Amino acid sequence: MMFRGLWAIFKKEIIHIKRDPATRFIFAIPLVELLLFGYAIDTDVKNVPTVAFDLNRSAESRQLLKEFENTRYFKIVRDVDSDQELHAAIVSGSAKVGIKIAADYAAALVNGRQAQVQVIIDGSESTTALQALNSSQQLGFLKSLEIEKISPADFKVDIRPRLLFNPNLRSANFFVPGLIGIILQLVTVFLTAFAIVRERERGTLEQLLVTPVSKGGLIVGKLLPYTAIGFGQTVLVLLVMIFLFQVPVSGSITLLLCLSLLFLIPALGIGILISTFAKNQGEALQLSLMTMLPSILLSGFVFPRDSMPLVIYALSLFIPATYFLEILRGIILRGAGIATLWDEALVLAVFGVFFMLLSALRFKKHLG
Amino acid sequence: MSVVIKAEGLGKRFGALSAVDDVSFAIERGEIFGFLGPNGSGKSTVIRMLCGLLQPTSGRAELAGFDVVKQSEEIKKRIGYMSQRFSLYEDLTVEENLDFFGSIYGLSRSAMAQRRRTVVDLAGLDERMEQLAATLSGGYKQRLALACSLLHDPKIVFLDEPTAGIDPVARREIWDLLFRLAAEGTTLFVSTHYMDEAERCSRVAYIYLAKLIALGRPQDLKRLPEITPDGSNWFEVTSDDATRLLPELREHPDIVDATIFGEAVHALARQGTDGAALEKYFHQRGVANVRCRAVPPSLEDVFVTLTRLQRGPAKER
Repeated sequence: MMFRGLWAIFKKEIIHIKRDPATRFIFAIPLVELLLFGYAIDTDVKNVPTVAFDLNRSAESRQLLKEFENTRYFKIVRDVDSDQELHAAIVSGSAKVGIKIAADYAAALVNGRQAQVQVIIDGSESTTALQALNSSQQLGFLKSLEIEKISPADFKVDIRPRLLFNPNLRSANFFVPGLIGIILQLVTVFLTAFAIVRERERGTLEQLLVTPVSKGGLIVGKLLPYTAIGFGQTVLVLLVMIFLFQVPVSGSITLLLCLSLLFLIPALGIGILISTFAKNQGEALQLSLMTMLPSILLSGFVFPRDSMPLVIYALSLFIPATYFLEILRGIILRGAGIATLWDEALVLAVFGVFFMLLSALRFKKHLG
Repeated sequence: MSVVIKAEGLGKRFGALSAVDDVSFAIERGEIFGFLGPNGSGKSTVIRMLCGLLQPTSGRAELAGFDVVKQSEEIKKRIGYMSQRFSLYEDLTVEENLDFFGSIYGLSRSAMAQRRRTVVDLAGLDERMEQLAATLSGGYKQRLALACSLLHDPKIVFLDEPTAGIDPVARREIWDLLFRLAAEGTTLFVSTHYMDEAERCSRVAYIYLAKLIALGRPQDLKRLPEITPDGSNWFEVTSDDATRLLPELREHPDIVDATIFGEAVHALARQGTDGAALEKYFHQRGVANVRCRAVPPSLEDVFVTLTRLQRGPAKER
């Protein structure tokens, strides 16, 4: 009887979950996380506070400032009257960009000389700085073309970039699918680790171990309810993603759900593994957090893995979340099918078997 | 009578620490076997080894003919275990706890209904079925724990300090239960700190610093020659001036040993010491109203003396 006692443990666990006051938050936590992350992590740069130091004060210079604002990247918050004032505005953080228009700007334009515009950018926030740099250069380029009366149609080399899958480059499309993986792992690892450690702490595990319940029955009986919860949360988070964040699923939702279930296996395995090391709930919490950090930082959730140093990149290959995030973004954004995702799925399956075996080995039926 | 629990040279080491050292005993069917010893002496470790929770590092043990290491799964079906601390689910009701353990042991629906009725009657839990275990009093928690450990009708039940921290009435009720079980042929292995409980056991074992130093019926242990050496006598001494009594007794040249025993002091006096003479001696020294009565040694005297004897030679070494 490999699963002796499974049904008894399962029923008991359901009662625990029903009576636990924390259960009320089981579905609220992923939602709050999703909303926080989904809205807070926004790398789309818009309306960067900008100060203008216009020495020219002509119709042309005012036109240029207007054009800066029209790019939607810059928002002129006030005018300054000196270099010092401009500098002070950036140092204090009240502006991230300063635009200084030379006194002979309009005259230079009329006389066909090069008109000087200086753009000072706060480099401490790299994403913002990069966007400001690109859009100011592009603005200068377009203005020059306009003056020379050259239309892009006259270019000798015509480069036409086209963005697939996320044409507006919305960062929500990048983050929210990844967030599904992170939340799923967070919840399953924590819940399973705690469910087992709690029994150890309260002495009930010892009582169970003198009964004929089998190791398999104990583990699977405890895991099934949490698998169901994790799966329910995936569905919930997907719904919020589709309807609130307006990120449509390009690929097959069925495939997405199946592979989410597959990802739950290594996540649950990690949870049990933690419970075999932790003596109490405090330790379980610390260990769970320790597994979460690499999953958040190295899995490609925030930082693209391609630009990671080789060692870190190699490390990311040993994190199940890496593969699941690949699958999530593949299905949701690119409409990928199992034909291209089978290798990631296979790695997840291997991780699942590995963590389950390891935890089953460590989960001694004997206390000593 | 048949032996149902047998330990032969049982030992357990945790690293450099020897928790149980060369413990042997044989317990017969229907016995109430009392297991005594100070905290940390190895009582729980022995029980855990017998239940298959811990692997012995030396020796062997058998329960109902099954080896505790090789056949622990067979043993688990046949034993009940009530651990030192309450280890049932506090967020489950009495009924849910019972149902859970019934289904863990794989009882059929009809067997479960019948056994549940039996243990609920036995433990007097019928009024409490809907109550959450967390809200039960200490005594009722122990009754529930006992009921759960009896559901599968085990022939051997281990109770690790079943009455620790519960009130005297509840303690007595638990013991009444234990006697009923033993009378029906269940073998009980009970660890305890209470001497009155030890007196009720058919046999007691005393473990000290991992070693078994006494084993036998309470009345036989009291007659051990090392407890009352060479014609010495045990006296129960009482006084209205209780605080002075103990130090005064210990200074008396004829008193070998003196320990508090309830409101009195138990003193071991050398051969030929007379109770009346002792009373007179203390009267002269101004200790109020001293009365001496020759008594047989109590079980506590036995264990205290045995512990001292063990400690003595160890010090000389």
